[in-house]
Amino acid sequence: MTIPTAPAPHPGRFGRWGGRYVPEILVPALDELDRAFRDARADPAFQAELAGLLRNFAGRPTPLTRCRNFLAGSGLEIYLKREDLLHGGAHKTNQVLAQMLLARRMGKTRVIAETGAGQHGVAVALAGALFRIPVRIYMGATDCARQAPNVFRMKLFGAEVISVTAGSATLKDAMNEALRDWAASYGDTHYLVGTVAGPHPFPTLVGEFQRIIGDEARVQFLEQTGGALPDRVVACIGGGSNALGIFRAFLEDPDVALVGVEAGGAGLASGRHGATISGGRPGILHGAETLILTDGEGQILESHSISAGLDYPGVGPEHVHLHETGRVHYELATDDEALSAFRQLARDEGIIPALESAHALAYCQRLARTRPAPARLLVNLSGRGDKDLAHVQAGLEENPP
Amino acid sequence: MSRYTRLFDRLARERRGALVPFAVLGYPTPARSLAWIEALLPHADALELGLPFSDPIADGPVIQTASHEALAAGARIDSGLATVSRLRAEHPELPIGLLVYANLVYQPGPERFYRQVEAAGADSVLIPDVPAEEAGPYVAAARQAGLAAVLIAPPNAPEATLALIAKLGSGYTYVVSRSGVTGTERGAGRPQARLFETLRALGAPPGLVGFGISSPADVRAALAQGADGVIVGSSLIEKSRDPARLESHLHALAQATLRTVD
Ligand SMILES: Cc1ncc(COP(=O)(O)O)c(C=O)c1O
Repeated sequence: MTIPTAPAPHPGRFGRWGGRYVPEILVPALDELDRAFRDARADPAFQAELAGLLRNFAGRPTPLTRCRNFLAGSGLEIYLKREDLLHGGAHKTNQVLAQMLLARRMGKTRVIAETGAGQHGVAVALAGALFRIPVRIYMGATDCARQAPNVFRMKLFGAEVISVTAGSATLKDAMNEALRDWAASYGDTHYLVGTVAGPHPFPTLVGEFQRIIGDEARVQFLEQTGGALPDRVVACIGGGSNALGIFRAFLEDPDVALVGVEAGGAGLASGRHGATISGGRPGILHGAETLILTDGEGQILESHSISAGLDYPGVGPEHVHLHETGRVHYELATDDEALSAFRQLARDEGIIPALESAHALAYCQRLARTRPAPARLLVNLSGRGDKDLAHVQAGLEENPP
Repeated sequence: MSRYTRLFDRLARERRGALVPFAVLGYPTPARSLAWIEALLPHADALELGLPFSDPIADGPVIQTASHEALAAGARIDSGLATVSRLRAEHPELPIGLLVYANLVYQPGPERFYRQVEAAGADSVLIPDVPAEEAGPYVAAARQAGLAAVLIAPPNAPEATLALIAKLGSGYTYVVSRSGVTGTERGAGRPQARLFETLRALGAPPGLVGFGISSPADVRAALAQGADGVIVGSSLIEKSRDPARLESHLHALAQATLRTVD
């Protein structure tokens, strides 16, 4: 197995992937953010303030929970990194607090963001309330409907939520709209991107501020197992931030297999999925050269997933690089598999996972069915499922399992 | 000498700025697109034609909607380039620029894409989501195919970026009038005279100003600051359902391209 340790040849590139394919007007804003990020990283006061917020406001460290019943008897021991217990309900809060501090450092007085599942929007909205910074969230109209509780949450925090009706009315279109806003507002506004996608420096910056998930989990895992590392680390992939956050702490451990689970939707063959690594091709979307869902002429295709947070026709460029080097394996879970894992974890462990995270659990279920050798799996439970209850309930009433 | 060079030479003699209408290829439908573009031609010194794209992040609502309508009506790259070929056959001296988002160039590959564009008879390609720092391979492929590579100079660009734009760009320089995206909602900005002076001093191709130009006053202001012409898009599409208003609008804009002796 090859381990990628060599630095990318150009800043902002992972192998050939990444870059800054944005209108020229945004390049100075990206430069400004990159400078602020590098300054802050080297500034102990910034690090201390962020650590304090993560501990005393957001509730870090989050627990590592060994499952008592889920897949018991299969030979697989499942450990859940409990980002569902982070304030806001998902891992998104980690890097949002960091970017809020960066926004303040740059003197920005307004923050905008895109959101799919609404978890990133909720995190930005709550941080906006905390920092007294006005927030505007762009969210696809389809997602507003299927993640209605999160729309209400954002509004309670005082954020303005713009429902985007263009195109597929999902995350991709929300990101288009946020980029358009930023092209006019970069002077006083920070665009707080929610995942490791988009133009440089976002993939690097978001990945770095999510790394705390893996750093904590590694220590906790060693502690709870008396010094063992996991055999596999499993995480779902939307843009890829919760996955990179947990993977980064294990990249240099050659015996730890890393597995990213994409949205299989109705199955790869159906063409209705969000699996850009398994089913996409190279292209340019939202500022990065990466794998995307596109037709042969270059029109972006709509993705499909039961989970709004994975319903995106692109993926963070670093994942494409990790796929090429072979360090991370990418699998997929279909809507039905995710739903079944969603219900199983609730029943077995008293934990309702986000539909996104349920994709990672579905992979574990599938692995369990292959009668694997005994193994310990570390799963990033990236968020909690409260936001999905109404949507799942409606689906179950229509189609009882 | 290129069509752009001959155009700018002639306009200098006539003491005029260029009026360059922008149209979306395939709008309102592929079949009616040529007629729409021909309606703009009587007052056009050159054309800027956009291939419709599903996710046009540099465009405001008017051009987004036009692009989505064109795609929904079946617009494809081939049908767009066929329209370019027809225009080229009928207007051998008219400079025609193509505006196209990066993924449409990336999918076939720049070499193949630029060869097709050149064969259709266009003069230049502009990619609004490829800034100067990423433009190298695209500029090289354009040159190889004998096309001009148009780059965008925004009002906030540092001098180093303007120098790169001057070095890599050819045909003309697309000077955006203000921050933001295309459309008349926020009006047109007034790029500083200094921007044009800097571009000229750096040897950049002539500057055409676009984004929100919708009135004769916008045109006169752009020329007064040092622009060599203007690009007008959204404000034309907004009048697409009213041919008489479109004609009088274009006429008024064209009048405003006459430089008054100062
Ligand atoms: C709970 C949860 N997990 C995962 C994701 C997917 O994003 P990423 O791949 O960046 O972690 C989201 C996105 O909204 C989410 O809300």
